[in-house]
Amino acid sequence: MAASLRVYKRRIKSVTATKKITRAMEMIAASRIVKAQRKVAASTPYADELTSAVTAVAEGADVRHPLTTEAARPRRAAVLIITSDRGLAGAYSSNAIKAGEHLTSQLTAEGKKVDTYIVGRKGVSYYAFRERSVKRSWTGFTDNPTYADAKEVAAPLIEAIGRDTDEGGVDELHIAFTEFVSMMTQTPVERRMLPLRLEKSAEDSAEVFQQGEQTHPLYDFEPSPEQVLDALLPRYVESRVYNALLQSAASKHAATRRAMKSATDNAEDLIKSLTRLANAARQADITQEISEIVGGSSALADATAGSER
Amino acid sequence: MAELHVELVAADRKVWSGEASLVIARTTAGDIGIMPGHQPVLGVLRSGPVTIRTTGATGEGTVVVAVHGGFLSYTDGKLSLLAEVAELADEIDVQRAERSLEQAKADEDVEAERRASVRLQAAAAER
Repeated sequence: MAASLRVYKRRIKSVTATKKITRAMEMIAASRIVKAQRKVAASTPYADELTSAVTAVAEGADVRHPLTTEAARPRRAAVLIITSDRGLAGAYSSNAIKAGEHLTSQLTAEGKKVDTYIVGRKGVSYYAFRERSVKRSWTGFTDNPTYADAKEVAAPLIEAIGRDTDEGGVDELHIAFTEFVSMMTQTPVERRMLPLRLEKSAEDSAEVFQQGEQTHPLYDFEPSPEQVLDALLPRYVESRVYNALLQSAASKHAATRRAMKSATDNAEDLIKSLTRLANAARQADITQEISEIVGGSSALADATAGSER
Repeated sequence: MAELHVELVAADRKVWSGEASLVIARTTAGDIGIMPGHQPVLGVLRSGPVTIRTTGATGEGTVVVAVHGGFLSYTDGKLSLLAEVAELADEIDVQRAERSLEQAKADEDVEAERRASVRLQAAAAER
């Protein structure tokens, strides 16, 4: 029927419009990945230098400090989960949340009470829907985080680790975010930020030890080891948070790009099969019309032949 | 002569790197001058101008940087200056810094006033 041909044409048109949108989003995300990657790279020297300074102090100074000393029996832990503000990124946010959940249940199993901190609207709505308590949450900057944002996120964490556990402070600081491995691979990871793990075997905890087995010289501290540690601690947390935010942003853009690419591919497939169906319908129409004409004319011919007799 | 390799990095970028014969920075305990062969040191920086006397491939000269808080660590001929915010003196817009200093004084914003005056000090030291 001509009607079914019209329906197919209309669907092809709407799928083509969708494809244009997803293709545009794919390209936008692709250009943003590059920008985000550049920001990750630009922040790396600072993070590296800071980490080696922290390691040096942790190994060289014999001081009790939340940066280096593990509580004898840790009772509370803070978990920071980094998600995105917007969807359309495949399983990106749910994977990050899953990593956070896994971390939380693990810590709970170890007998620690967990305070949850969340970045990104997706994580916030996940927790709000399940009516789970969230200590603090931030939204609005996940696409393009600045150092000021990282400072804002880090401030309550630093404050919590500095306080006594009995007064609502925490003993440990964990973070769950999505690591940007490459354009194609982004893995959700769980890391312990504080206290630093100093055993050399624990590879997971230790970007700190990436430099390998090099020994650190004995430092002179200016003004004193305690004061240097006090000053280092917040900077260290901030830079870790900043790095996690940047990596998450890059991962989010990569996930968006991939999701939008598969949406575009699907739209293409759909258009192809719809075009096939539309062609068949058109062909069926024509065939039917021809057979109707042929049938009609032969019936006419038969009728006139009969009357002449 | 031995050289000092200096890396000056801010939180979001690398500001300056090169060879130097002397670096003068302001720590919380007072000014510190670092020359090649200094004992390993780790210090907390105060906001203030950092003066770098350059040598080697970068040529003889002086680079002044306005540093707003951070750290300094020196080992084995390598000096790292970590700053939350750092600006090269020749990047500083003096008029703008003066304006923001006045603004900060008017608002009694101690933090902003300090930032602006550090900028101006660095810009003045450059000349």
